[in-house]
Amino acid sequence: MRALLVRDLRLAVRAGGGFGLGLVFFLMVAVLVPLGVGPDSAILARIAPGILWVGALLACLLSLDRVFALDFEDGSLDLLATAPIPMEAVVAVKSLAHWLVTGLPLTLLSPVLGLLLNLAPDGYLWLILALLVGTPALSVIGAFGAALTVGLKRGGLLLSLLVLPMYVPSLIFGAEVVKRGAGGQALATPLLLLGAVTLGAWALLPFASAAAIRANLR
Amino acid sequence: MAGSLALVVEGLAVARGGLAVLEGVSFVLAAGEVLVLRGPNGVGKTTLLRTLAGLQPALAGQVRGAADVAYGAHADGLKATLTVAENLAFWAAVYGGQVRGALEAMNLVALQDRRAADLSAGQKRRLGLARLLVSGQMIWLLDEPTVSLDAASVALFVEALRTHLATGGSALIATHIDLGLPEALDLDLTGFRAELGFRGAFDEALA
Repeated sequence: MRALLVRDLRLAVRAGGGFGLGLVFFLMVAVLVPLGVGPDSAILARIAPGILWVGALLACLLSLDRVFALDFEDGSLDLLATAPIPMEAVVAVKSLAHWLVTGLPLTLLSPVLGLLLNLAPDGYLWLILALLVGTPALSVIGAFGAALTVGLKRGGLLLSLLVLPMYVPSLIFGAEVVKRGAGGQALATPLLLLGAVTLGAWALLPFASAAAIRANLR
Repeated sequence: MAGSLALVVEGLAVARGGLAVLEGVSFVLAAGEVLVLRGPNGVGKTTLLRTLAGLQPALAGQVRGAADVAYGAHADGLKATLTVAENLAFWAAVYGGQVRGALEAMNLVALQDRRAADLSAGQKRRLGLARLLVSGQMIWLLDEPTVSLDAASVALFVEALRTHLATGGSALIATHIDLGLPEALDLDLTGFRAELGFRGAFDEALA
């Protein structure tokens, strides 16, 4: 299992692995929004939590079609399926690897982007915490979408259409945490719900993804 | 271990794309034996191997003893940006095998720090076969293992296969060439061809 994690991380940072693309995309979103909305700092501060979460969602989506598609194309998914390791664990490890190369760096970069969007000073800590709690769900839900579309030619668009609606709960609660945090309000409820979404997704979706992959390999 | 039964297949029916291609396939593969699947293109050699590897369900029939298999497909499952040694080390970690011996057996020691992307087709195939050696599994299911190998590399492969058989392993190989392995038994699949027609549930036809 650790070998699979190391392999996926290594592949991500080698040439053509796509590491950093999501980060740069996240940065672009945060830079473009003030250009489009205008320099009114009050408006920016109000929309910052939502924009940062939407940016994180889209950045995460960008690299999802690689999670299983590359392994499917070169035949390693067949070989992993016949290896003496459960497919559920393969899915979980690959989701974790995806989070480590997208969600975690996004979380660490987010305060800088909060600055660009004039996020209220009280919000930074909660922005990091909300992303830290919420982005693991994005990876495992995305891996489920990738498992459903593995083997489809140009399944990337279908993948986005499948996955984005499933991101809605994380988006709502995540942005709410940051908004309340920035406003100095109580935020335990949305934070707990955000955590519940993440834990529920991690508990259930690896099984669904493994079933989808087995069906797609037939 | 020689003489004990490694794989017992009874009345197996397999389908490709929802269409039954083979039915009533029965054979016994004993430890230390190699069975070569013969038959023209499309007869169902790959489908049979994929079914035995557990990648797709059988329509009918029984398979016993297929727990300890290593499957070698057309695609080698190599990661282009990893080196030869890294590719192999991953599978060694999955199966708990040793990289060094496999590199030597497949004559890959000199290439071990080269990226898989920079290998020739034959070298890639040798790396794919080396994966079988690190797997340590008793039954090899091989789909055209000698594609793009030159005569010397085929000999290397046959040598590795002999070692595998001598240690109680067995192999089921789909191939069109003569491996130069006199002890190999042939199984002609032409006689097991299924009559064309949809089999099984409707959703299987769509799968």
